Amino acid sequence: MAEYNMHILVCGGTGCMASQSELIQTNFKNKLNEYGLADEIQVILTGCFGFCEKGPIVKILPDNTFYTRVTPEDVPEIVDEHIIKGRKLERLLYLNPETNERIGDSKGMDFYKKQIRIALRNCGFINPENIEEYIARHGYSALGTCLSEKSPAEVIRMVKDSGLRGRGGGGFPTGLKWELTRKSFSDQKYVVCNADEGDPGAFMDRSILEGDPHSVLEAMAICGFCIGADKGLVYIRAEYPLAIERLKIAIGQAREYGLLGNDILGTGFNFDIEIRYGAGAFVCGEETALIHSMEGQRGEPTVKPPFPAEKGYNGKPTNVNNVETFANIPVIINKGAEWFASIGTEKSKGTKVFALAGNINNVGLIEVPMGITLREIIYDIGGGIKDGREFKAVQTGGPSGGCLTKSFLDTPIDYDNLVAAGSMMGSGGMIVLDDSSCMVAIAKFYLEFTLEESCGKCTPCRIGNKRLYEILEKITDGKGELEDLNRLRMLSNVIKDTSLCGLGQTSPNPVLSTLDNFYDEYLAHVNSSTCPAGQCKALVNYTIDADKCTGCTLCFRNCPVGAISGEKRGLHYIVQSLCIKCGVCFEKCKFDAVLIA
Amino acid sequence: MPGIKLSEKAIGLIKTICSDFGNQGSELINVLHQVQGKLGYLPAEVQEVIAKELNISVAKVYGVVTFYSFFTMIPMGEHPISICMGTACYVRGAEQVLSEFKRQLKVEVGQSTPDGKFSLNCLRCVGACGLAPVVLVGEKVFGRVSPQMVKTIIAEYKEVGASEVKSA
Repeated sequence: MAEYNMHILVCGGTGCMASQSELIQTNFKNKLNEYGLADEIQVILTGCFGFCEKGPIVKILPDNTFYTRVTPEDVPEIVDEHIIKGRKLERLLYLNPETNERIGDSKGMDFYKKQIRIALRNCGFINPENIEEYIARHGYSALGTCLSEKSPAEVIRMVKDSGLRGRGGGGFPTGLKWELTRKSFSDQKYVVCNADEGDPGAFMDRSILEGDPHSVLEAMAICGFCIGADKGLVYIRAEYPLAIERLKIAIGQAREYGLLGNDILGTGFNFDIEIRYGAGAFVCGEETALIHSMEGQRGEPTVKPPFPAEKGYNGKPTNVNNVETFANIPVIINKGAEWFASIGTEKSKGTKVFALAGNINNVGLIEVPMGITLREIIYDIGGGIKDGREFKAVQTGGPSGGCLTKSFLDTPIDYDNLVAAGSMMGSGGMIVLDDSSCMVAIAKFYLEFTLEESCGKCTPCRIGNKRLYEILEKITDGKGELEDLNRLRMLSNVIKDTSLCGLGQTSPNPVLSTLDNFYDEYLAHVNSSTCPAGQCKALVNYTIDADKCTGCTLCFRNCPVGAISGEKRGLHYIVQSLCIKCGVCFEKCKFDAVLIA
Repeated sequence: MPGIKLSEKAIGLIKTICSDFGNQGSELINVLHQVQGKLGYLPAEVQEVIAKELNISVAKVYGVVTFYSFFTMIPMGEHPISICMGTACYVRGAEQVLSEFKRQLKVEVGQSTPDGKFSLNCLRCVGACGLAPVVLVGEKVFGRVSPQMVKTIIAEYKEVGASEVKSA
């Protein structure tokens, strides 16, 4: 490989690609060519940096300069200032909102200070489309160690000792799963990587596959070695074209280098990987449903036992792990089980990747040690609530999880504490809600998702959730009665107790958790037909405060349905029969004259 | 829905795809992906051909097509509009954006405009949560969309064909 003096890393994650990061890369290359610097400075499109809020991100090495919200038009200026003149381009550096200082080095950013990157170790550092860059960062050395120095039982021992638990949601000990599959006797076994990330608002698996696909391939081969499988399958959402593309390139390169295929590294071990496509069904995150889907059938779950470890894909023993779980494996082998187990809490070891989103300043992908508190995540890493509003709750675990309120801000986050708090880890979606979010509407939002995604096999899930949804709709329409709240609780418990798979068993969690934590809000909807957050349209009216209105006509000009009348510099008013309650006037008014009642 | 007469070419294409996958019933989902990729959608007539080729019942094909949200039995508009309804987009106002699209285009979710220009759909998380709320028109991503921007987005596509819209 050529020696470069400087590297320009451009984020090539889906978020930044949507903001033209590919063009940014091209512009850099063209500009460097103009100056004859193309041989000295390398431009790389990397995986996700995680700091999506300020994307597209451009990072320049070796000095770690971190440019945010870069546009293709900014490129010539960056090259002229930074590369040619050696001065950092101040206006694109990250602005610390508290101190109002520009930060030149990403190590000085609060967003990164508390993170420990294991699963995301290579995301944003390497070109995911070049296997040599992965190898240069100890890639495939773990596989080499396993094949040449260790027995399968020893490797499984290591994974068990590390305390690694499944990152897809359930938290089942990974080493134990491998051991169970190893013990099953069969002529053919399979390793499956679950990349069917269905939780709306979680995108860590996709980012790992886009930013560091080889780490997953390497881990799958290690797993195959341990359980005695020579075939691996990645089950991935068809909605992730970029991840699929990079995965295909990675598989091709690994075969070329003899790291997949027959007689890997001359050890006689055979292992190859194929891609299978999901077609958009949340329930396929469940192991048995996923396996049925891979077999070309409807993705409906079946009763366990038999577990996939005994009877899985094509009736053969199958080990299913999630992308993030796999991404941890090579590091555990390289650095040792003890090292991994030294991070985290007593029962949850290592780190967890969270997709931090919602009403928070720093939306992005973060990897933090287990045991960190919500307060640290939201205020230190996340930079606090957007627009200076009040923190209300954080929703974890997606449609299967629940809400955590202020009182949980200082609880150390791990699998067990989240369950005890009425939520769950899930795949790691973390949606921050401010005081403008109505918790009844949030519960309804998740229920709507479950309704669409229920496979329809079990009656409690198929019909029970529909009834739950209808009751919630009644409440948000202002037609609810006190008895409905008891009905919600009773029905939720029945659905939990009587559904077959994880989807049904957890689907009422958003309802139960909001009932527990925000009962007053439900009561307000039911008893006085008001929505405290002002979000439920049927329960609010927009009016204009005569004392505050200056007659600036801003609301009049922005109303999409012409429901506002009034003369310039005179009092404006809203014609209620025409108003569609879109809230534009409320947002636009500079004098707080539009009231929600 | 009125019946569709498939062209010989389309039937030939479906047959080729099926045989590429060894006419195996277990490859049904892969076959459906390929066929939808070529034809745009999977009407009943297409499903019948696939069922025959793979030697499985039409009911089974139909069962799979309707189970997965990625497969569609109705043709998409020239410019398919998808509103991301992932949680991150939802809490940042995707619902208001969706209702504005419905109002402007006068269609419901899952429908196309009578002129076939636009179709409206929801999807779950494209993973660009930093840009929430997100709207996709074809492959192009619009980020931080507000209800006020809806009119401009539609206007951008109203007069032009799909190929003429450059990625901004």
